[in-house]
Amino acid sequence: MRNWVIGIAAPVLLLVAWWFLSANSTDPFFPPLETIIVRFRELWLFEHFQSDVLLSLGNLFLGFAIAAIAGIALGFATALVAPVRWMMDPLIHFLRGIPPVALVPIFISLIGFGTQMRVTSIALAALFPTMIATVDGIRSVSSDLMDVAKVYRLTRKERVLDVLLPAATPQIFSGLQVSLQVAFIVMIASEMLGSSQGIGAMTLLAQQSFMTADMWAGILLLGVIGFLVNILFSLLRRKVLSWYIGSRRLARAS
Amino acid sequence: MSNSLSTRNRKSTMAQQPKTRLSASTPRLDVAHLAKTYGSGGKARTVIEDLTFTVDAGEVVCIVGPSGVGKTTLLKCLAGLQPATSGRAAIDGRTISGPPPEMALVFQDYNRSLMPWLTVRKNLVLPLRHLKLSAAELRERCDGALAAVGLSHADNQYPWQLSGGMQQRVAIARALAYRPEILIMDEPFASVDAQTRFDLEDLCLKIRRDFNMTILVVTHDIDEAVYLADRVVVLGSRPARVLKVVDVDLPGPRDQITTRSLPEFARQRTEVLSLIKRPA
Repeated sequence: MRNWVIGIAAPVLLLVAWWFLSANSTDPFFPPLETIIVRFRELWLFEHFQSDVLLSLGNLFLGFAIAAIAGIALGFATALVAPVRWMMDPLIHFLRGIPPVALVPIFISLIGFGTQMRVTSIALAALFPTMIATVDGIRSVSSDLMDVAKVYRLTRKERVLDVLLPAATPQIFSGLQVSLQVAFIVMIASEMLGSSQGIGAMTLLAQQSFMTADMWAGILLLGVIGFLVNILFSLLRRKVLSWYIGSRRLARAS
Repeated sequence: MSNSLSTRNRKSTMAQQPKTRLSASTPRLDVAHLAKTYGSGGKARTVIEDLTFTVDAGEVVCIVGPSGVGKTTLLKCLAGLQPATSGRAAIDGRTISGPPPEMALVFQDYNRSLMPWLTVRKNLVLPLRHLKLSAAELRERCDGALAAVGLSHADNQYPWQLSGGMQQRVAIARALAYRPEILIMDEPFASVDAQTRFDLEDLCLKIRRDFNMTILVVTHDIDEAVYLADRVVVLGSRPARVLKVVDVDLPGPRDQITTRSLPEFARQRTEVLSLIKRPA
């Protein structure tokens, strides 16, 4: 309960402080928050909502969804099919040491113009964290659990979908979390570099045209979207992994 | 606590072919010159040297031996999880080459053998799904198994919400719902407290009575082995081999207090203990 109060109060206080401290600002780079919010409403809620906000969000979700499904599928193939493992293992070891964000420049350089290419680069960049986490998750499933599955003669399909997949889900979700961050970064970067549409493109355009309030409004929107997307993600995680969260809490309590 | 439904069912399936099972010539479970070596060449480590013993239908046999003797390896060979290096294990004369359909296993570590993402009932249902049972039979089997272990009230809870003893009973219920003819238990009561342990031992004997199962229990607890078993297979260590098969001749039905205070009980456990203690 107290956590909630602080969690809500802290950002509100910050906004209030920003509001009053910037109220009479004449600094061209730090316009008053009031101006920013007015521009925010004008820009994002009406004028560019469909053409830019929805476009960006659509790219983000489509790219992330492809990355999640392909990452999990590739992870399973890598962990379970020997020839795929031989192919992927060196790549995984190579990628494991590199923070996912460091791969972003590669994908940015691949970005062309056009939505398809942007979705592709979001998906490609976001795929690896999920794939690696899936491989690790499957490999760390206890051998006892697999022995149980064998002794009770579970079919191969059951072993994959009803034992390996749920057992690896906690780790898969950690991978998805990183993938989501990467997808978000690549979404913005792809728009800033290769597009005239989208929140990233609008924000950069505002900066280049010295429309500082518009730029701040863009950054504010990105922050809000990031915040909401993360809340959605943790709600999903809480639903899917309720057994895991519950058992961990119990283990800590005892 | 009644499991009349499931008992009746079991009896009807047993009635169809009891003669062949009880014939003296083919034991239910036959282990002959079984050996298991890990690795090869200079790094080879022989865990099991040469094991020979049999388990007859409806018998409870306990395998005791010092810890680290390779009991778990033996069970993995019997359950078809690992191939034997030489010799063989057979059920009704058929060599075991993969997990046999008539066998269920209760593992030592209930913590890692139950699916934490499934409720108790769903844990019981998972091994039964590929058997394509009717919904009614599925429910009947699960209800019967849960009742037999006294957990009817817990079927919607998750295993990790239960105590250790209850979790092990879930693992036993899962085995019962599978309706195996042979039940193998790997140190099933090693990680529960003493009182729960007595309860679970009696549950084991009750299962034998009610379900007419053939039960093989691996344990390092000599008292437990003598209390449970019709015969005790005493293993010597490194590499494992059979020291002696001790026939336990205690009057049934056994009871934790009266059976354990019989002079005969003390004599049997002393016999087993001295076999294990004796320098090989």
